[in-house]
Amino acid sequence: MTYRNLKAGTAMLLALAASPAAAQELTIALASEPTAVDPHYHDLTSNNAVAEHIYSALGRADAQQNIQPGLATSWEAEDDNTWVFQLRDDVVFSDGSEFNADDVIFTYCRTMNNETSVGTVGESVVTNFASVETPDPHTLRITTKEIEPLMPELLAQIMILSEGIVEHDEITFDLENDCGVTGEWPGVDAFNTGEAAIGTGPFVLEEFTLGSGITLGRNENYFGEAPVWERVRMVPVPASGPRLAGLLSGDYDLIENPAARDITQIEAQEGLDYVSVPSNRIIFLQMDIGRDDSPFIRTGDGSNPFQDERVRRAVSMAIDRQAIVDRIMDGFATPAYQFIPDNMFGAIPDPEPLEYDPERATELLAEAGYPDGFGLTLHATNDRYINDSQVAQVVAQFLTRIGIQTELDAMTRSIFFSRRSDKEFSFAMGGWGSSEGGAASFLRQYVTTDNEDLGVGASNYGAWSDPEFDAILLEAISTVDEEKRAALLQRAEQMAVDKLGFIPLHFESSIWAFRDGLSYPGRADQYTLAHEVTQTAE
Amino acid sequence: MALFVLQRLLQSIAVLFAVSIAIFLAVYSVGNPADLLVPPDATQAERAAMIARLGLDRPVWAQYLTFLGNALQGDLGTSFVHGRPALSLILSRMPATFELVFWALAIASAIGIPIGLWIGLNDGTRTARAAMTGSILGYSIPSFWKGMVLILIFAVWLQWLPAAGRGETVSLLGIPLSFLTLDGLRHMTLPVVNLAIPNIALMIRLTAAGAAEAVHQDYVRFARAKGVRPKRIVRRHVLRNILIPIVTVLGVEFGSLIAFSTITETVFAWPGMGRLLITSIYQLDRPVVVAYVMLVTFIFVAVNLLVDFTYAALDPRVKLVENMG
Repeated sequence: MTYRNLKAGTAMLLALAASPAAAQELTIALASEPTAVDPHYHDLTSNNAVAEHIYSALGRADAQQNIQPGLATSWEAEDDNTWVFQLRDDVVFSDGSEFNADDVIFTYCRTMNNETSVGTVGESVVTNFASVETPDPHTLRITTKEIEPLMPELLAQIMILSEGIVEHDEITFDLENDCGVTGEWPGVDAFNTGEAAIGTGPFVLEEFTLGSGITLGRNENYFGEAPVWERVRMVPVPASGPRLAGLLSGDYDLIENPAARDITQIEAQEGLDYVSVPSNRIIFLQMDIGRDDSPFIRTGDGSNPFQDERVRRAVSMAIDRQAIVDRIMDGFATPAYQFIPDNMFGAIPDPEPLEYDPERATELLAEAGYPDGFGLTLHATNDRYINDSQVAQVVAQFLTRIGIQTELDAMTRSIFFSRRSDKEFSFAMGGWGSSEGGAASFLRQYVTTDNEDLGVGASNYGAWSDPEFDAILLEAISTVDEEKRAALLQRAEQMAVDKLGFIPLHFESSIWAFRDGLSYPGRADQYTLAHEVTQTAE
Repeated sequence: MALFVLQRLLQSIAVLFAVSIAIFLAVYSVGNPADLLVPPDATQAERAAMIARLGLDRPVWAQYLTFLGNALQGDLGTSFVHGRPALSLILSRMPATFELVFWALAIASAIGIPIGLWIGLNDGTRTARAAMTGSILGYSIPSFWKGMVLILIFAVWLQWLPAAGRGETVSLLGIPLSFLTLDGLRHMTLPVVNLAIPNIALMIRLTAAGAAEAVHQDYVRFARAKGVRPKRIVRRHVLRNILIPIVTVLGVEFGSLIAFSTITETVFAWPGMGRLLITSIYQLDRPVVVAYVMLVTFIFVAVNLLVDFTYAALDPRVKLVENMG
């Protein structure tokens, strides 16, 4: 009976298999699934990208990460600690209610009353607010406790909610008294069911089912340019093979992150196209410099060769970055000679290439007192970055060639990140996607001396320390004037590259593949945004 | 019978308890979930706050006692990643997996048992030997590869069926089901076939072996000598006698497929429990992994109990033995 039913069903579905997809519908296969549609739940690329569809913030990062006006039309820093934002007065939420400064204040208060959150940008930004005033319903004046030059960049990441989702009296930025909120603060579930998911973005949430995907409908009230898509389906397909198969079979219109090795197949296929843009993600080598006796370095005299700049330079010279990009990354990467892409804020405009010269590298090793090299273990992930274990393998071979006998220990990310936090490694391959703030983001997190009070150097696992650099970087991150800040960051970036406390390898490229008739410009932050997918004339 | 049930229940509770300790220790020894949860640009203070919030700064025994106390009240913890109770997260994925496994095993039995029976009754003929050899193939092809080949043939080349996902579902008594809609059926076909193939092979081999042995038994010879019609011999005597091992294996297969059809679910992006498990392991979502293993243990224990009871129904001798004991 069962079998017969299925047979009948199969016959039926074969007849209907080739039904054409409705126009103005877009189906996207995501490489990683958003864990919630609450924009203040967890700071993950997948979650942030979905939030961009349903909500808007005061500013909006464009594909090159420059901040464009969003709910705010303009902003300025009145002095080092005061920011004034002018808000749009023509915006309504997806439920028809009007947007004004109260919604913004409510949103900022919610980031401080967000029990279910796993961790977002919001809380640390709002903690720094001394006061938020509204001279009129469409003007916002924020004073900060500490100087924060990146205010527009940071506020562009805090998606604005509607105050209508909670019971309240008059809304004021008074954290002691719950900002005037009398009802229960909404948790992540209220958003996932759609009840509280009311925003001012280009789309409205129709359905979110964990594991199955997200359905979005066009927001007819959107204040910006209306998206061409009436409905968008986002389906999580974590394995790259099935994701590509779904594109080939026509189930999906656009897929994230096809494997670089599959691009030749996409090129050969009629009716498919792809786009590849350099991302902000740098792959780099981090060395244990702080400890005199490092656990995974094997030298005859027990010394730590990484403390010698000549050895670090030798390591850098031993690696043929172009070969890694061409052979391992199939060309979908760019050799890195600094830690952020050349066009980002605070980058060295045209950095000197880090040369590949294995003979000179061998000489440098000898000069540093290691004519016979030494032994080393390189630790890396095997499931976090594009082709990470192959890249690490090649790095180990390059180093072994100049006499540094390098063994590779590649592991899954959950183990790697925990062990790295515990400072268990001597030599590790990491990755970092620079976000707002450009150069500052990598430098303050990795290169600056670990200082818990200032909140800098949290990822400086190798204890690299250069007081001169620290002074410049600390000055840069509290300078509001953009020109001055850019100059200071460039200097800091140059110092970091000169001393090679970290060795940059390459920038990954992000790839999207799609069917003919579509076009996607791609984004450096690796977000897939349906409203930036356009139809081309067919 | 009551004593038998009570005894089995006590054993089951002991098993659940032992498993909870083992899995808790195993999960605890791997990595630090906070390192995967905090944003990469988190400051030292933010990381410490996260560790404290998740209770990871407490010793393992204290964490276990909290878990045990909550578990006894039916709370298996809250997912680190999703912020939802782990059990409800897993249960919300269960219908999808259940449906997949149910249809896969139904098809496997419907196809495998008749073929197996035929092979067993025609033991030694060339066709039977060939079929037997062929079934090894079905059993030993890796699931991942087979899934990709199915996708390649039916989704990419022929474009008859969708490559992945669950498609449209219909809610029946609050449970979302795929097989009631055409779109759902289309999405279900490939993963069901992928899961069914090794089980068809398993059923064939099991039934064939049993039947081949049974036809030489005295009771079959006797029945034949008595002049019972061959069809009746097969139905009444052969099949009923060989069903016991088949039901056992079906029970075990059902349990293990519910728990670990991970590969099929990953290949076909099927939103079931197996895929939840594998992502939770990668993300070090400890509460979900622990709750999952506890739930699976529970299912296994329950299925084994059911199988024991089915034995009793199928084979009167089981009751007899138990009465004597």
